[in-house]
Amino acid sequence: MSRWFGLALLATALSAHAAPEPAKPLKLWHAYRGGEETALVQATELFTAKTGVQVELLALPYDAYAAKLTNAIPHGVGPDVFIFNHERLRNFHAQHLVAPASGLARDDYFPNAIEALEVDGQVYGYPMSLKSLALYVNTKLVLQPPETTDALLAMLPALSDAGEGRFGMAYESGDFYFHAGFVFGFGGELFDASGRASFDTQGMARSLAFVKDLQDRRFIPQEASGALVKSLFNDGRAAMVISGPWFAGEIGPDVDYRVVGLPVVSATNIPIRPFLGVETAYVSSRSARGEQAQALARFISLGEASRVRATVGRQIPADVAAYRLREVREDTLISSFREAARHATPMPNTLEMARVWEPMKLALRAVLQGGTEPQDAGALADRRYRALHRERPPEASPLPWLGLVGAMALGGSVYVLRRPAATLPFKRRYPDVAQAVAYITPAAAGVAVLVFVPFAVGLSLSLFHHEAGAYSFVGLANFVDILASRGYSLTEPLSFYFTLAVTLLWAVVNVVLHVSIGLFLALLLKDPLLKLRGVYRVLLIIPWAVPNYITALMWKGMFHRQFGAINGLLVALELEPVSWFTRFSTAFAANVATNTWLGFPFMMVVALGALQSIPQELYEAAEVDGASKWTQFRRITLPLLRPAMLPAVILGSVWTFNMFNIIYLVSGGEPGGGTDILVSEAYRWAFQRNEQYGFAAAYSVLIFVVLLAWSAFTKRLMRSSSEVMG
Amino acid sequence: MNRPSRLKMAAIHAGLTLLCMATLYPVLWVVKMALSPTDGLALTANPFPDTVTLEHFRQVLSGTDAAGRWVFGRQLLASIVVAGATTLVGLTLAVSAAYALSRFRFPGKEGGMQALLVTQMFPATLMMVPIYSILQKLHLLDSLTGLVLVYATTALPFCIWNLKGYFDTLPRELEEAAVMDGASTFQVFVRVVLPLARPALAVTALFSFMTAWNEFILAATLLNDPSRFTLPVALQRFVGEHKVEWGKFAAGALIVSAPVMALFFALQKHLVGGLTAGGVKG
Repeated sequence: MSRWFGLALLATALSAHAAPEPAKPLKLWHAYRGGEETALVQATELFTAKTGVQVELLALPYDAYAAKLTNAIPHGVGPDVFIFNHERLRNFHAQHLVAPASGLARDDYFPNAIEALEVDGQVYGYPMSLKSLALYVNTKLVLQPPETTDALLAMLPALSDAGEGRFGMAYESGDFYFHAGFVFGFGGELFDASGRASFDTQGMARSLAFVKDLQDRRFIPQEASGALVKSLFNDGRAAMVISGPWFAGEIGPDVDYRVVGLPVVSATNIPIRPFLGVETAYVSSRSARGEQAQALARFISLGEASRVRATVGRQIPADVAAYRLREVREDTLISSFREAARHATPMPNTLEMARVWEPMKLALRAVLQGGTEPQDAGALADRRYRALHRERPPEASPLPWLGLVGAMALGGSVYVLRRPAATLPFKRRYPDVAQAVAYITPAAAGVAVLVFVPFAVGLSLSLFHHEAGAYSFVGLANFVDILASRGYSLTEPLSFYFTLAVTLLWAVVNVVLHVSIGLFLALLLKDPLLKLRGVYRVLLIIPWAVPNYITALMWKGMFHRQFGAINGLLVALELEPVSWFTRFSTAFAANVATNTWLGFPFMMVVALGALQSIPQELYEAAEVDGASKWTQFRRITLPLLRPAMLPAVILGSVWTFNMFNIIYLVSGGEPGGGTDILVSEAYRWAFQRNEQYGFAAAYSVLIFVVLLAWSAFTKRLMRSSSEVMG
Repeated sequence: MNRPSRLKMAAIHAGLTLLCMATLYPVLWVVKMALSPTDGLALTANPFPDTVTLEHFRQVLSGTDAAGRWVFGRQLLASIVVAGATTLVGLTLAVSAAYALSRFRFPGKEGGMQALLVTQMFPATLMMVPIYSILQKLHLLDSLTGLVLVYATTALPFCIWNLKGYFDTLPRELEEAAVMDGASTFQVFVRVVLPLARPALAVTALFSFMTAWNEFILAATLLNDPSRFTLPVALQRFVGEHKVEWGKFAAGALIVSAPVMALFFALQKHLVGGLTAGGVKG
């Protein structure tokens, strides 16, 4: 007995001895930039100095960050600790990406920050900093910041003169994040007692009416973007701005300002209560060194790290003790935001909250752009909400499907076996099959593994429903849902048929423009005697060389309501500037303009090549016969171009059909999802509507079917054109 | 062919100049953003900057990681390696497959060509999750090799189509003559066919290069080491959660686009003849 005991002791001693091996650094991922990043680096250096544990930081682009986390962590290759705002906590939790904060003492943090991180009574992550909105006041223009909305309304007329481009107040009024505080201030609630989102409330209608009134009386600018707000405030043309802590870094050095809490709504005596966002250090559920990871996450959220984050990173610590430090307490920006955060409503981390954004954005913009009365907006939002909210379809039995696959396999093999023997033996029919295999195998293997397998997985996903990290087999329910439009009329943006029609229109308009512009240019450029031909050709090809997400952002900027070059041109021509993304026609036109710019060079190059392959003698013969230039174009150029252009047209239309970047980045589907095409709709279901991968996959399959039909149709065209060719 | 009249030439020049200006206008705006010291915004149609500074370029070029090490150079190198390797791998695979599809008879040939086109029809957004799992099974996560393989295979369908189309247009007599002279199929392929297909090879190479050079979502998702990030990932870092650093983004965009433009200029002679967009002249 004692011998065993001794052995066990020895083993423990050995393993204890083995434990402090030269550990690999803890991995910490984040998407911070600038001062916040510097502060985080310093905070982790403090941690290393104290514990001896190295930390390896990885800074990621915000746009790719969430996708990376959800892919990496389940595969065990994610970080030990990662920093993210708390809004996505419920998704992270559902996918089992985060571990409970085991080293957390609730009293260290502000209660509403802890509340934000609770799921079923368990706290996930360590709250680092608070983000909420407050009022920036230009102290030269406003001596006494307004404490109530009545006081605000009294001051605004003197501060505003829309004709001169001056506004009493400015904020991104079309963004629900900014509007939510008004809803709460007017006594509205976003969720009813059962936790379901409710839009059709008194508070909602009154808050919308209030803001609409501010806009109608031109106290606040219309369609303000972050860039407009910044430039108005820096030029002294906006006396007050509603924004978050990040705005402080954008204010010019010559502007005197202070930050105060948002005013109290006089009608209800409730302060305008903005959402509270909590930047959080989460411990990955798959961290191999949970304890050290917990220690790191806790360390960077408290104490010395808080001080560094506040002073260097200009963050608003969620750590109570930080405000006992003089340099934090006396920092007016930080203490004012801390004050403002007291009244803030922790943004619910529920999946239900994620379903609120899209309907509210729609309703808010509908009211501000006119056309919808504030009291009707709730119903509008509710309708959209119900369209997006899908109950889990009943589970289907996979048996019939397995049976179907089995039957098909059986049928196939019977067909192969019973097929009449070929007239020629295989070797004779395909004499060089061995060589072909040798040549084709490497490419085929690559394509099979990295293209066809993901493709097949994508196809089969469409038969599943994905919710909270789990898939359930639902058969064709997703397709039924999409094709039945779930009770939405065919002409509404959310119906599949409406989106399909927009997509087809989009593809046709673009391809026609690409081909006609490309062909026109090719005709101009084909003359070998043309001087500067090479220069023109090079200049006209440039759009092709620019990555298309850069093209999209660049054109998005050109269509900006207040600063866009297009409106600049219109004004220079003494025309009215256009608000591009508030109407379907103009938003669609903006998308088309962008995509035309990026797509015509490809067609131009194809057309140039095709034109060169037409024998010159044909034209000379036609000339002799006295055919006019137009006849020559119609009778020679067009028919001979057709076989060369058709494949390019097919490829071009497939690309255009799935041209996600342009739609997503230029119009973003505005207004109200009207300009979304099928592929951007699929993206929204997959990534913006609680990860309904199955439903998105069903959309993708339908896109695929449509394109398949289209290519079959064009193949016919090709065949008939080659018949024309003889 | 008689010389077109002076008037007509003038009209053509005028038209082309106008269209070139329309094409360049958006690009000039990016240049303006990159060169302007602040993003001082005003409603104007003038695409030329009022004051010029190279500060944004300096900041992008001297990009450092969190620890203050200079990483721009290494990211540039990573980009070149990834795009170069993608081109090499993609072209090698595509050339041999396209040759087989063009010259040999074997079962499943038509179906294979169709299947390649079909893959272009499925939106890429949903492919990420399975690709990630597959790369993990192959132990190719967080490696440039994995990234190169994904890029090369995604570009393959277009490359094969384009090359096959071009091979179809090459006269077979030359190959037959070479065979008569005792060359093996492989020798014919390397010594006769490939040199003739140079324009199509150039275009296909350019296409593969661009696919790899411009992509950022996959690169950011698959790689875990900032010194191996490709340039578009570094560029995308200027687009934050709350704000975009437009000046630096524009400067970075120009830096990222410049090599591709240079390649376009270098290859533009081949571009016209080499783009068959899949079996045209045959």
